[in-house]
Formats: sequence, C-alpha cells, structure tokens
Amino acid sequence: MLDNDEFMLETSPRELTQNPLRKIWMPCKNGHIAQRRVCMTNCPTLIVTVGLPARGKTYISKKLTRYLNWIGVPTREFNVGQYRRECLKIYKSFEFFRPDNEEGLKIRRQCALAALNDVRQYLSVEGGQVAVFDATNTTRERRGTIIKFAEQNGFKVFFVESVCEDPDVIAQNIVQVKLDSPDYTHCNTEEVIEDFMKRIKCYESSYQPLDEVLDRDLSYIKIMDVGCRYLVNRVLDHIQSRIVYYLMNIHITPRSIYLCRHGESDLNIKGRIGGDSGLSARGKEFAKSLRKFIQDQNIKDLKVWTSQMKRTIQTAECLGVPYEQWKSLNEIDAGVCEEMMYEEIQEHYPLEFALRDQDKYRYRYPKGESYEDLVQRLEPVIMELERQENILVVCHQAVMRCLLAYFLDKTADELPYLKCPLHTVLKLTPMAYGCKVESVYLGVDSVNTQRDRPENVNVQRTTGDALQTVPAHL
Amino acid sequence: MELPQLEHVRLRRCDSAEQKKLTQTPLLKIWVPWMGCNLNRRRGSSVPQFCNSPTMIVMVGLPARGKTYISKKLTRYLNWIGVPTKMFNVGQYRREAVKIYKNFEFFKPDNEEAMRIRKACAAAALKDVAAYFSKEQGQVAVFDATNTTRERRTVILSYAKERGYKVFFVESICDDPEIIAENIKQVKFGSPDYVDRNVDEAMEDFVQRIDCYRASYMPIDDEKDRKLSYIKIFDVGSRYLVNRVQDHIQSRIVYYLMNIHVTPRSIYLSRHGESELNLSGRIGGDSGLSPRGQKYANALAAFIHGQNIRELKVWTSHMKRTIQTAEALGVQYEQWKALNEIDAGVCEELTYEEIQQNLPQEFALRDQDKYRYRYPKGESYEDLVHRLEPVIMELERQENVLVICHQAVFRCLLAYFLDKPADELPYLRCPLHTVLKLTPIAYGCKVESFFLNIEAVNTHRERPVNVDVNRNPEDALQTVPDHI
Repeated sequence: MLDNDEFMLETSPRELTQNPLRKIWMPCKNGHIAQRRVCMTNCPTLIVTVGLPARGKTYISKKLTRYLNWIGVPTREFNVGQYRRECLKIYKSFEFFRPDNEEGLKIRRQCALAALNDVRQYLSVEGGQVAVFDATNTTRERRGTIIKFAEQNGFKVFFVESVCEDPDVIAQNIVQVKLDSPDYTHCNTEEVIEDFMKRIKCYESSYQPLDEVLDRDLSYIKIMDVGCRYLVNRVLDHIQSRIVYYLMNIHITPRSIYLCRHGESDLNIKGRIGGDSGLSARGKEFAKSLRKFIQDQNIKDLKVWTSQMKRTIQTAECLGVPYEQWKSLNEIDAGVCEEMMYEEIQEHYPLEFALRDQDKYRYRYPKGESYEDLVQRLEPVIMELERQENILVVCHQAVMRCLLAYFLDKTADELPYLKCPLHTVLKLTPMAYGCKVESVYLGVDSVNTQRDRPENVNVQRTTGDALQTVPAHL
Repeated sequence: MELPQLEHVRLRRCDSAEQKKLTQTPLLKIWVPWMGCNLNRRRGSSVPQFCNSPTMIVMVGLPARGKTYISKKLTRYLNWIGVPTKMFNVGQYRREAVKIYKNFEFFKPDNEEAMRIRKACAAAALKDVAAYFSKEQGQVAVFDATNTTRERRTVILSYAKERGYKVFFVESICDDPEIIAENIKQVKFGSPDYVDRNVDEAMEDFVQRIDCYRASYMPIDDEKDRKLSYIKIFDVGSRYLVNRVQDHIQSRIVYYLMNIHVTPRSIYLSRHGESELNLSGRIGGDSGLSPRGQKYANALAAFIHGQNIRELKVWTSHMKRTIQTAEALGVQYEQWKALNEIDAGVCEELTYEEIQQNLPQEFALRDQDKYRYRYPKGESYEDLVHRLEPVIMELERQENVLVICHQAVFRCLLAYFLDKPADELPYLRCPLHTVLKLTPIAYGCKVESFFLNIEAVNTHRERPVNVDVNRNPEDALQTVPDHI
C-alpha cells in the first residue's frame, strides 16, 4: 500500500548485486544482500474436495498436487481415508460407513481433525502454500467445520466438487482404483464392487451438494460428468484461477504420450552442449527406426510435436506425418556456454561450472536459462498435453527431463538428473493415480550425454574432480 | 475431432539418400524441408496452429449486459495472440439499413416491418462471417447480437453446421439494476442511436428497449441445450457455467473471460530509466542506469507518489535497469523474467552501425518484416507476444499496476491495450522517461502520457525507405537515432 509512511524517496539508491547462482539482481547495502521483503499477500490456500466415493476426488487431488508442485507452488495432499486406515488398521466392510454407526462416525471425525491439524502444520509452519484436503466432505456441517478452521488460521478455501451419475464411469473408477485399495487386499473383484457400492449408498442420503444459492459466497468449482460441464463461483485470486484452468483442461480419455529426444546430433558426438546442429549418421538411423516403431504402435490420431531446432525437426521429418513446431520446446539456453564442451566450460568458467553442480535446478547460465526457467516456459506445453490425446513429443535432454518430472512427479532436486538417453522412446500411459512408463530403446548406438553430479561441487575443486563424471566423446 | 491437414500428409520413403535437407527460412529462422521455390506450403510455423475449423463465437443476452464489451475485448485479445478474429455487430448493420433511429418502438416484438429488417441484418452479418472465413483466412468470428431466442440461435447453428464452423456461445446474464444503469451510461449515451437525445431521454428509451426483448428471452437451457458448447457469465463474473468446451481455442477463450473484470483501475507503463548502453546506441545487454536514468527513477517515484494510487503493484523484468528503476520507488516489486527485453541473439550489445557492417542482410530482413523477423539465436516480436501472454492474463486479473519494462516489451503490451495490428506494433513510440497511464473506459482505453522532464537519448528507429537486401549502408542507417 503506497501511503505516506511507507514511501521513501531514496536519495542514494541501493546497490544491486547479481546472485551468482540464479543470476537474479538483488539490492545490497555495504556488500550485504538485503533480505528481499517477502510478499506476504498470498495467504495459503486450502483446496477441499467434495463428492461421493468413486467420483475421482483422489485422482483430481493427486493430479492437482503434482501440477502445482511442478510449477513451483509447494503443495501437499491430505487424504482422510489414509488417516482412517492408520487408525483402524483393518477394514472389515461397508458397515463402518453406515450413518448410524456411532463408533465409526467418531473415528472418522477424529481422522478429519487430525488431518486438518497436519494441514495447519504444513501451511503455517512448514511453508506450504496449498493443501489439498481430500475427503468426501459431503455434508454442509463438515464443510462448515473446515471453513471455520480455515478462517481461524488465515487460509483461503476453494472447494472442488465432483458430481457424476453415470454408472459406467463409476464402475470404471471402482475397477481402476478401488480393486487395488489396501481396504480390499483380500477380496475378489465382485466382492469389492458389491461392498463399495454399498459404501457409496451410506453417503448418499446425507449428501448435500454445494448449492448455488446457499453457498453463493463460497469459492468453488463443480465438475459435472467428468468435465463435460463446470460451474465456477467466486474465483478469488491468481492461484484459484490457475487451478480452475487446469481442472478444466484435464481429461480421462485413455491415451499415450510418447517422449523422445532428437536423434544423435553432430554436436552430441563432439561432446558439445546446445547449438543447432543437424543429425549425425546414427541420428538419421534413429529417425528411421522411430518411424518404424511409431508405425508398429498403430496409434490412433497421433499428433507430433517438435521444437524449432534443426535436430528435432529432422527427426520428425522422417516420420512422414504432419508435425507442429513449438519454440517452447527448444533446449535450455546455455547462454555463454552454448556449443562448449564441459572441458571448455571448466577451463573458462570454473566458478559457473561448480555453481551448476551445487544447484542444477536453480542455476542459470550467464545470459541463459535455468531448469526453473524451463519449467515456466514449458507450462503451456504441459497444459496443451493435458488437452491432447495420443501424442509424440520429439525434444531435448533438459526439456524431456522437465516433462518427465511432471508426469512422474519428480522433485526439483531429482529433475535435472533424470536419465533421458538418446535413441530411447518413453511411452507414458496414465493409469489409476499415476503413469505407467515403458522405455523402448530402438537399438541404434549413440553417445551418452548424461553427466551425473560429481562428488566435489566446491568452487575450489580441481579440474579432475570437476570433470569426473563427464561422459566420453570425440 | 480435428481433421488432419490433408495437404501435409506425405508418406515418403526415408532412405538417407532421399532424406530431405532442411533449410532455415531467413526471416523467421524456421527450419523447413527444402522444397525448391515452394516454400509457402511449409509445414512449420513460428507459433503452434490450433485452429483447424473456423469458430463462431455467438453472444447471447439482453441489451446492456456487456455483450459488445466482451466481444470487442475478446476480439482484441485473440488478434493479439495471433488468431485472426473479427467482430460482427448486428446493431451496426441495423444502423446502416435504417439510417435514423427514432425510438424503442422499432424493437417492439409486434413491429413486423422492423422484424423483417432485423432478420435481414442478421442474415447479412452471417454472410459476411462466411466471407471472412473463406476469403480472408479468418479463424474466429464474434457474432455480437442479442440472439435471445432459441429460434435465432438455431438459425445460426444450422448456418455454421452446413459450413463446418464450430460454435461457442457466450451468454451474459445480469439482473443487478445498478450495473445495467452504469452500462447504459458508459456506452449507450455515446451511441449513434442517441446522438440527439439528452441523458434522461436516452435512459428512458433504452430501458423500454430492453423490455421489448424480455418477453421473448429464452436463456440457454441446461437441459435442452446440453449438447451445445457455451459459457454463461453471471453478474459480471461472479459465477460461470461452462459446458462442453471442444478444443484449445475455446479453452483459452473461457480462461480469458474468467480472468477479465470491470473494476475501475489504471495501468501505468514505463521503460527503465536511460541506461549506459542506451547512451552508446547499443541494443540489448544488461547494463545499469546512466546518471540521467537514475534521475528519472527518482522522478518516477515522485510522480507515482503524486498519483496517490490505491494498492499499487509494481512489476519489473529480471534486468538490472528495470530493477534499479523500481528500487527508487521504495516499495515492493515483483520481478518477471517474461518482461525481459527482446533477445537480439548475435546482435546483443551491437550498435545499428555494427549490425549493418557485420550482418547487412539480417538488418534488411528486419526492416522488411519487423514483427516476424527473428534475430539469429534470438527472438522476434511474434515470440515476444507469445512470451508476454501470461503477463497480459495477470494484468487483466490485477487492478492498479505499474509495469517497468523495455522498448520492445512496452510496444507489445501497448499494442494489446490499444488494439494495434502486427505491422504497427514494432513502430509504436515508447520513448524513455515517459509514463503512459492507461485507464479502461467504455469499449477501449484512455491514454495519458507523462514526460517526466528528464532528458534522454532517442531510441526509436523508424522503418527506412529502402529495405532491399542490396541497399547501401547510408540507406540502411538513414533512420538510426543519434548516440555517442
């Protein structure tokens, strides 16, 4: 707020210094970096799922959590069913959920409160920004408790209700995720379905969906019939807007996403990073093998995406089908290090080389990018991948690591070291709450471009230590 | 399901001897298969193409519900992100047909003569939509009319179906009398229909006009229209109902509509203070402020203070010169990498004279098509727009904001707010040490320009007369502004 008390006319401006790792300009006085005033206007957000069992609440919770973490918003999900399993140890039958089972109700209420307590811990103490409270929350009373809890702790609340009456969809849900639930380890399929249907019935009589009139002051999205229709009420801020956009773009139609790198390039062979070179002879072989592989997969309506760099386009050209070029899929910009070998980087920029090993995710090349920048650049690609069905993305090592980290829920520390070798196609098929991965090496030799984190990341390390993990090249 | 682009499907044998060579188009720097002189049927493009079938956006709602406001804003946004879009306001057609508007009686449901004219106008507008799609390569048409009866909407749906257009309805529902009165004041008083009327007469007539539609108004129905694709906007964005979003462009439209608001606010745009590299006539880089630039930063602080702005947010890029400028304000600011200046690639930190000397062809190509031209290993204005889209989306969500950025970035943002087309965008005047205050008003944006009285170099280079790649250096450097 710009008022008289806060406004200061700086007669001698603060000096700026550039953080050596992230290349961010920050003010400093007398050589000390000023503590950047943390923007506290974003209070934490509590996302609350609402809906009968088998309506996709946990699916949505997990997916949303994965997405938010990937874009850099610390998020955690709290599944009340988990708390119940830890409390009860053994699940006997649907009778536990009967509305007249007083003992059951008491336990369930305790579990919800325990989960809320952990939410408070995560958001207020551990620096989390979003907590996803995954439970049925089907009564107005339960939701009232949560709203009060949030008010007391200064959290914003956003409800995500999933409404679905299509018996096929519900049956499919049960088959996909309930059969494997810890609750049903010793039951066969028919038993599971029968018990679970009765479980759903226990909730039905007391279910009070979010009401257009009674709940008009709440912030929520109602998802109807697996994304056919949405009702969105009172989106309060940026993060809620992003959440709504994301939820409106995801779908559950079965499909597969194929990820691969361009074929081996001329610069790859020389051990040089970046650049815009063409395919080597082996790279061209890979392109042909890729074409055969794709044809054999017999994929319905496959879309193909490449970057705008020669090597991915050359690879796609060989497939003989239309493809879309995305500048956002271009390899990470190594700035002044473009087209250098690791040996040269160590020789000319030993400090930079060490800083990169210290924090490879946040490290930004001078006049270049960081993995963190890459993720931001790739977010629209991910959003569009969610909308699409069968798709092949021909990209680059760092880019593929970022995309893979999104699909496989890898953390920022793991991301820059994910193994994405040349001439290998990853087939990702969404399944249950996650993603099945099949790795297909197409049998064409290539250099290894994976450089693992060396032991010694100190800026004073010897050249030998620095180059310890550099893969072989010409 | 989107149809494959048949002209692009070519299954070729892929022997190494036959693998087509790739060539990089000199202006856009896009790699395409070498097809001799047939480069215009290339498969690549600098931004992903998401529209296959043309889309009709059809507005629905009583008068004074913001349909034209939404239509114009949406059209402006879509054009800015590179989707050729045009608005068709049926009221305009009616004004051309009827010439003089007498009063609301024209809109009475029992006025057969008028009904005939209005139907003919809608039909004429639809014909123009078809022409826009088939002859002008338009991708989205916004059909702005009340379209309040199921019958009228059916006519539009059949028309679209016959021609393979997708249809997306945008219905605006509002019963708050204050909002409606405000709408009428903001946009109806200035309408050509009321040019000879005073304010009270106009208000009275318009209210009766709305009543003419009310009896026959059939809102989009949750049950009967469940197969249609639409968004219903309630009470100026408090609530939305979204049904059957079919594709990418509809998803983007929904996201945009859900982020815009009508709360009064102002957006301040400024460049960083004059930088050291500015002084020497060099482009790009990451230099600090010159002494005059520092003076500007202080003057900006005083100016902002004087404006007495409620809850101002301040945004900068990640580059030293914008941050130094913001530092002088003494308030919190947020750094956006997306606001960084256009990347001039191999031309970073060169003077125009040096670019002409070392890369004369590049220099000429840039003058030929400054919007689409991409610096070698750098960016184009077109790339910049793509990069700035999330900034624009967030600016729409925000209220009072000051954006401290760079010349090319400023031009892109300004083009969005002032609806400037791609060929004008790269030549918009954004001088140093000048703040632009943009205040949304009626259907557009009021612009106030404040030069803060601190001298600075001129960094504006006009398009020279001769853009031929064979031109001589004097012709090339004809419009370069002075520098040290």
